[in-house]
Amino acid sequence: MKKFWKAMLRNPGGLIGLVIIFIAIFIALFGQMIFPNSPWRMVQRPFLPPFTNPMVTLGTDALGRDVFAGLIYGARVSLLVGLVSTTVALTIGVPVGAIAGYFGGKVDDALMRFTEFFQTIPSFPLAIVLVAILQPSIYSIVGSIAIVSWPPVARLVRGEVLSLRTREYVQAAIVTGQSNTWIISREILPNALSPVIVLASLMVANAILLESSLSFLGLGDPNLMSWGYMVGAGRTVIRQAWWITVFPGIAILISVLGMNLIGEGLNDALNPRLAKDSR
Amino acid sequence: MLKKLVLALALSSVSTLAMAQEPKLGGTINAVIQPEPPGLMLALVQNGPTQMVSGNIYEGLLRYSKTLEPQPGLAESWTISPDAKTYTFKLKQGVTWHDGKPFTAADVLFSIETLKVTHARARNNLVQLDKVEAPDDYTVVFTLKQPFGPFIGIFEVGSMPIIPKHIYEGTDVKTNPANNAPIGTGPFMFKEWKKGSFIQLVKNPNYHVKGKPYIDGIYWQIIPDAAARSVAYETGKVDVLPGGSIENFDVPRVSKLPNTCVTGDGWEFFSPMAWMWLNNRNPVLANKKVRQAIMYAVDREFAKDVIWNGLGKVATGPSSSAIKFYTDNVPKYPYDPAKAKALLKEAGYKGEKIRLMPLPYGETWSRWGEAVKQNLVDVGMNIETIATDVPGSNQKNSEWDYDISFTYLYQYGDPALGVGRNYVTSAIQKGQLFNNLEGYSNPEVDKLFEEGAVATPDSKRKEIYDKVQKILVEDVPVAWQLELQFPTITNCKIKNLITTGIGVNDGFRDAWIDK
Repeated sequence: MKKFWKAMLRNPGGLIGLVIIFIAIFIALFGQMIFPNSPWRMVQRPFLPPFTNPMVTLGTDALGRDVFAGLIYGARVSLLVGLVSTTVALTIGVPVGAIAGYFGGKVDDALMRFTEFFQTIPSFPLAIVLVAILQPSIYSIVGSIAIVSWPPVARLVRGEVLSLRTREYVQAAIVTGQSNTWIISREILPNALSPVIVLASLMVANAILLESSLSFLGLGDPNLMSWGYMVGAGRTVIRQAWWITVFPGIAILISVLGMNLIGEGLNDALNPRLAKDSR
Repeated sequence: MLKKLVLALALSSVSTLAMAQEPKLGGTINAVIQPEPPGLMLALVQNGPTQMVSGNIYEGLLRYSKTLEPQPGLAESWTISPDAKTYTFKLKQGVTWHDGKPFTAADVLFSIETLKVTHARARNNLVQLDKVEAPDDYTVVFTLKQPFGPFIGIFEVGSMPIIPKHIYEGTDVKTNPANNAPIGTGPFMFKEWKKGSFIQLVKNPNYHVKGKPYIDGIYWQIIPDAAARSVAYETGKVDVLPGGSIENFDVPRVSKLPNTCVTGDGWEFFSPMAWMWLNNRNPVLANKKVRQAIMYAVDREFAKDVIWNGLGKVATGPSSSAIKFYTDNVPKYPYDPAKAKALLKEAGYKGEKIRLMPLPYGETWSRWGEAVKQNLVDVGMNIETIATDVPGSNQKNSEWDYDISFTYLYQYGDPALGVGRNYVTSAIQKGQLFNNLEGYSNPEVDKLFEEGAVATPDSKRKEIYDKVQKILVEDVPVAWQLELQFPTITNCKIKNLITTGIGVNDGFRDAWIDK
């Protein structure tokens, strides 16, 4: 574990990514203490440019709502959606991939055809359709993002399991009569974890983008302030008030960049071959 | 030399002044039509865009000024009998249909019989009609079962378009091929409709008002995207943006463009009024005090100034100030969060969740929903916004599956036509989209609206409507928000376009282009 952190921190990209995401998480957790007021509250005159009033540093939007407060509250929604939907996608994708890879044969065929069924549909249109049918809410958004993002996990895990199950220690476990569940969960999965973790960090970034895109199209949860919503609502007035769209846009950019850098760093730190080379 | 120059300058300025008064002939106007109408046969289709295009093809017996005074249309003059039960119209002679056939009283009788079947609102307007007769080719006599005050207000082109008998008689009106190339008596004739692109109307050279229309034709441009419509105006592709063509947030920017004229006039006949249905069946909203609290809690001046860019008027009650028998002598609900909180407390509101459904008609309405939600949350209400699309919102409204829901409806100039329908018990019907959706029922209000429709003379009607407005405003069956104004934006070279209470819908007759 120590080695892992050492490798992670040695990678400048990974370090920057970690710092960004720690700041984002900090804001999401404690932002409400700095901004006790709801981001929906109309606090100043509309279309106040940024850096003109110290009370609303980043200006106000079309209704006079504080853009900075929106960013703070939006961080919570974006991270929450990113983390929860990724967790859900993992809980679907990992078992499906593990079972398919371990048992092989007809089970594998059935599960992989099922997975391909989802993979053949472009993910963003599918997410739009799902949210539109289920009516936009935080649950339908998390659910639809999870549904469109689990297939790659399943394929990755299957590939890993396929190669691991021929290893001697796995064969040994089978010979000693261990149960399938035990073998999968104790012998195989822990060793297949590193690529999954790397993939998961990228999935979080992707989920943040998906949520923003959905909100941009007006399919966000109408009760939650999110970055994508801010960009979408500000889009119509971008020629009069650039700051309404630019600041949340930068927030999306930075947090997605942060997650990607972390993924990169994780990849370097967890890949034994790369770790040896760098030594 | 100098003297000559000065003289020439003086002369030319005089002549331009004189010219400014005189309409100029010729030119074609490009206008936006949004959305593309489903059809142009006004007796069958009454969508907003259909009325806007076809109001210039067809005509009604009367036209209405911006103050809703009746003016001659196909009828030259009209008299109302002292008992207010007989309306006699003298039709204009020498009027021809676009195909050259003469227009007579027989066309009027035929239109009325057809409209009773095909036009829901006309059918409603004609319930008090006993019989209609044509003693000669240019006289039509309407006899009513009992006096019906608003009757003189139902002859507008969209409410009662006159269609040609010689084309539709003996055929199925709905499937008649003539519907694709409508024939009317109006100042413009249908030329071509390229679906998804444009509708072209050309000048009717035989129009019965001599010298009109001044322009050669109209192109109604169909541009599906709001931003693209703004750009089309900016680049000069279109000269007229009828109300609602572009997003409200874009109105101030476009209005400031050089040589751009903006007016809120031309909607007086419709006088659209926005309010929130408050579902009176909801146990919380059933309490009058909660409904009053909502009126106090919502900052309607803010909505007007910020969301509608200062256009429109804060509503004082069920009637728009543009229609007959409006009174502002009613209880007032200024923005007063403290009072709203006190009323909620009195009502014993304990934070029960109330669902709020904005109208899914674009950005303006989304922002409005957000602002109202925040207003209500600020006074301690627990509001959840429901996001939905147009079919979803229609279904939820008509099934009464809502708590608070935004809408806007037309009022058609008279409380008996456009106001009463939203509050009387007989208009509570599950499955319909308009009328009494909130489920408010008050026998006294029912009785007053019933009497008001048939009372004579007008002073008696005013008395009744004053009374009913007071009761309604006290009871707050729905939360009235704004009298909406949809600004018409035109290039300033287009003159005299908005001259009536229905604006662009029949305005091209008098419009001209200053070159």
